[in-house]
Amino acid sequence: MLTRKVHVCNFIVLNLLLCSFALAQEGPGLGVPATPEQVAGWDISIDPEGENLPAGSGTVAQGEAIYDAQCFACHGQNGEGATNDRLAGGHGSLATANATKTVGSYWPYATTVFDYVRRAMPFSQPGTLSNDEVYALTAYLLNINGIVDETTVLNAETLPLIEMPNRDGFFWSAEVR
Amino acid sequence: MSDSDNPVDQIEAVAANGLLHRRAFLKTGTLLTAGATFLTAQAAPPELDAWSKVPGRPPEAYGNRSEYESDVVRLPGFSPPALGAGASRTPHGSLEGMITPGALHFERHHNGIPNINPDEHRLLIHGLVDRPLIFDLESLSRYPLVSRIQFLECSGNSRLLDADQPVDGTAQSIHGLLSCSEWTGVPLSILLDEAGVQTEGMWILAEGADSSLMTRSIPMSKVRDDAIIAIYQNGERLRPGNGYPMRLFLPGWEGNTSVKWLRRIKVTAGPTMTRDETSKYSDLRPDGSARLFSFQMGVKSIITSPSGQQTMRGPGLYQISGLAWTGAGRISRVEVSADGGRTWGEAELPGPVLSKALTRFRMPWRWNGGPALIQSRAYDETGAIQPTRTALISERGTQFNYHNHAIQTWLVSANGEVSNAYS
Repeated sequence: MLTRKVHVCNFIVLNLLLCSFALAQEGPGLGVPATPEQVAGWDISIDPEGENLPAGSGTVAQGEAIYDAQCFACHGQNGEGATNDRLAGGHGSLATANATKTVGSYWPYATTVFDYVRRAMPFSQPGTLSNDEVYALTAYLLNINGIVDETTVLNAETLPLIEMPNRDGFFWSAEVR
Repeated sequence: MSDSDNPVDQIEAVAANGLLHRRAFLKTGTLLTAGATFLTAQAAPPELDAWSKVPGRPPEAYGNRSEYESDVVRLPGFSPPALGAGASRTPHGSLEGMITPGALHFERHHNGIPNINPDEHRLLIHGLVDRPLIFDLESLSRYPLVSRIQFLECSGNSRLLDADQPVDGTAQSIHGLLSCSEWTGVPLSILLDEAGVQTEGMWILAEGADSSLMTRSIPMSKVRDDAIIAIYQNGERLRPGNGYPMRLFLPGWEGNTSVKWLRRIKVTAGPTMTRDETSKYSDLRPDGSARLFSFQMGVKSIITSPSGQQTMRGPGLYQISGLAWTGAGRISRVEVSADGGRTWGEAELPGPVLSKALTRFRMPWRWNGGPALIQSRAYDETGAIQPTRTALISERGTQFNYHNHAIQTWLVSANGEVSNAYS
């Protein structure tokens, strides 16, 4: 029994050594502290609660004018789709053999529309839209999908309150549940 | 030579329609010479070849391959006007072994390949951390580096198998969004420890510096497990199309999560629900619901030789060759069928068999010149088995669009032509 205890102890000591060795892996500490101003300038991501939404606002009518000038060529009239993704319609199609995934029929969060348009659109000139213009385009895209009416004004307070039709249409993979 | 004298006929058959024991080539030294051969004595030159009688070229600064191999190229696909939102596919039908050359590694971009000056590129780590930090390529190069040979597969790979009728495709056009490299980089956990992750920090958001500023949310558990910031690929700096100068690399996970041109990591409490993890890269089910965060790539294999649009040169001995992989770890077994999945024989895994890497398999096959439906089926160390296409579709429908890891069939016709088929 004594021998066995020694073995167990050795095993524990060995594990501790291995653990401390693994934990000891660290870097040379070369990260340069980022200032709050630097972080604010880089951080453009918007989560479903609307955290980090910027100041500004936009209307459906303003969004329609911007859409017709800058989005129409790739996404078609009223978001019907052209050379690139269809953005409107497709409601009720997801359980059919011709599922049509659009902002209105599929996207679970309105905040994602703002985040994505601001970071990636228009495709040939991303990053050129003002925050007001992105709010306006988001309002227009939600309007042509029948989610908001034409009098809607979107801003940091109103956008996160919008409930998308397919909000409950998603479930998480067992990998992350 | 009569059939009875042919050593090929004495090799143990392991499945129907000509599949031989996986070690047949090793068992019988004469087997290769006994098979059909196309090299005739008359074809050989009578004396030294021309290239043996003149001085060759001087050494090259950056190597080029033989001019006779110039048709082995990626297959780029994109549609105007969004030229940058495209992909290029690895020519698996022309490659062997497990490593994909950097110049042939598949690409998938969301707004083109940025021309990044590494001296000006910065990586910011912030969010739920005690100390927001900025890194550059030079500083990352001084951290402890790890190197691993691992596959990368786009979750849209093999999507063509969703089609109602078999497309006229190749190993490249159907399965080319798959590659395998040695990736060298810094474990992300080291950098996060330096920044000091707060207890609520259960996810990260990774953002690229391309003009789509592509973003994905990743659970902290994966970051702690094996995530690296890769800065070398097959020994050289990353190719621009694969994220130069730095990319996230998440072994075994859908390629889109290994965000290229990495510029920002934000530690968050939950997923940010970006466009590329909700409206894209989500698996739509027949009932209209959709699964988010299907990260790990399923157990899968493909036959690369013979494969679609290749031509067999008459009956005789061949070596079926292919690739197997799984996001769960190591491949444990690969089987091959030459009769559309009715009988199976175990393939040879000549090695190395590495975790989350492409694993080469080979199988001797005596093709009798008749039609044959050849398939491969992979098993992994967790016990998972690659499903048939029928089983996958009956479970998921045909609209899921991502993560198709079904068994695929090549039809070898009597005239030797190989084509994609359903079995």
